[in-house]
Amino acid sequence: MAVYERAYRGYSGPVTAEHRRFLILPRYGFSDVFRSRLFAAFFALCFLWPCCCAFLIYLHHNVSALALLEIARTNLLAIDANFFLWFLRIQGTMLGFLVAFVVGPGLISPDMRNNALPLYLSRPFSRKEYVAGKMAVLVTLLSAITWVPGALLFFLQSYLDGSDWLRSHLRILGGIVLGSWIWILVLSLLALAVSATVKWKLLASAALLAIFFVASAAGAAVNVTFRTSLGGLLDLSAMVQTVWAGLFGVPPPVDVPLAGSVLSLLLVCLLCLLLLARRIRAYEIVR
Amino acid sequence: MSAVVELSGLEVCFGKRPILKGLDARLETRSIGLLGPNGAGKTTLIHTLLGFHPPSRGTALLFGKDIRTEIRAVRRRVGYMPENDSFIAGMTAVRFVRLMAELSGLPPRAALERAHEALFYVGLGEARYRRLETYSLGMKQMAKLAQAIVHGPDLVFLDEPTNGLDPPHRQRMLRLVREIRDRGVHVILSSHLLRDVEECCDEVLVLKEGRIAAQCDLEEERRTNRRFLEMETRGDDGSFAEAVGRLGCEMVLQTGGRIKMVLPDGLELRELYRLAADLKVQIRRLNYKRDSLQDIFLKAMEGNHGRV
Repeated sequence: MAVYERAYRGYSGPVTAEHRRFLILPRYGFSDVFRSRLFAAFFALCFLWPCCCAFLIYLHHNVSALALLEIARTNLLAIDANFFLWFLRIQGTMLGFLVAFVVGPGLISPDMRNNALPLYLSRPFSRKEYVAGKMAVLVTLLSAITWVPGALLFFLQSYLDGSDWLRSHLRILGGIVLGSWIWILVLSLLALAVSATVKWKLLASAALLAIFFVASAAGAAVNVTFRTSLGGLLDLSAMVQTVWAGLFGVPPPVDVPLAGSVLSLLLVCLLCLLLLARRIRAYEIVR
Repeated sequence: MSAVVELSGLEVCFGKRPILKGLDARLETRSIGLLGPNGAGKTTLIHTLLGFHPPSRGTALLFGKDIRTEIRAVRRRVGYMPENDSFIAGMTAVRFVRLMAELSGLPPRAALERAHEALFYVGLGEARYRRLETYSLGMKQMAKLAQAIVHGPDLVFLDEPTNGLDPPHRQRMLRLVREIRDRGVHVILSSHLLRDVEECCDEVLVLKEGRIAAQCDLEEERRTNRRFLEMETRGDDGSFAEAVGRLGCEMVLQTGGRIKMVLPDGLELRELYRLAADLKVQIRRLNYKRDSLQDIFLKAMEGNHGRV
């Protein structure tokens, strides 16, 4: 029907599969996020370090290039578990946090502020699908800068070094993928929970910063005051780095108990889920 | 006729506070009005039917589907226009309505086409590429209506659709609601404005303190009202009243030549005029005794937890 007829009519055309409908939100989310050129430029820069790592791996296996640059292979960073752990520390805890900090607070808080949840939830679209859809934005962006380039680097090294290296270092691949997913889940859930709790984007960003930096500083203060290492259990990035070190099979860069870190991260995720379950409702009930 | 909404012993509590208290009703007509003072439970009833609040007791069926167990199926068939400002910031109207259509299951291309149509239909065609936060209150109301109908629902919940609208916008909104109703969509309109409900609805449910205070079929009421007459005569010595009685009218004689009567089916008013002329009786005043929605509402409000 042409728009000029301006009469109401029902819809009897095809409908999309319900189980895939949550993917509508990330589609709209990406177009919102990449509308900002600044963010697009920043996101492109996130691939600089993976490119440097790829170049380093390439140098390791190119004798003529090494000769040309007059660098001895022994002077280069060894391509081992520590190399990939460093890669993940930069991509995950630094850049990943920045991506979550920029994108996360804007995902739910505008919907909360403008009372948009009843519009979503009055449709055949559940609260879980809403959270999954919003989370998919962060999960995709964070995956694109963590485990996807990490796995590509791993396969590049395996390709250049041979299948023996691949077989003997499979644990690194597991560490990259599993370690990244743990961090992605923690970051995404935390960003969404903060975004759902604080209705103003700016305040939500500040709250996210506080959770990371104030808690980390408080942890350091606890460590110094009580001469313990348990204060690290307040520092999310210290905890995840401990878990990564455990997964990669290398000594942890910070002195935080592994079991305590795993439990604390699990607790953070559970708290975030509880918070989301409480906040993501069509209407808040005043009891 | 199958019921649009069937409530049986429906109770909703917020914490320990009961909000809806044992509602029993069967609503069948095309357009249903929910009336009641603030805090009567109109919006809570709509939210419950949309599955936002779980019933603590009783059942509610929409098109025969239980809202507890088949809420997804229910939501496939409904559209909802909330009472308060509800929109997604940073979006143009057409993008917003398109997103809502896609979430209702329309493929992206069809959703875009319908979003344009819906916005033209509600009169926002020229403003459809403007961001929603720049809209006036009236335009936001229209955008909310557009998102409620974009996917072609069978039933639309309209919660206070004329809230904050100036008279021309209000008239426009009511005209659109009537048009949508006449195109075969069921409408449940919640309002505290009797006029809005009277203009758009065939059936009305009056709520008071979480209970149903009255339920009436406005169409039937209007039909009945057309048969009730109140007449004032001069010069009648009783023969006119007697003759009217012979025509089959039920009536009550009052002092001062006033007669209240119910016209039997098939009897036209001109018969009464002819009779009065034959008997040389003057009819000084004649009007339909209209039991307006206001009367029904006031009676319901006076009633003490009993249905009128």
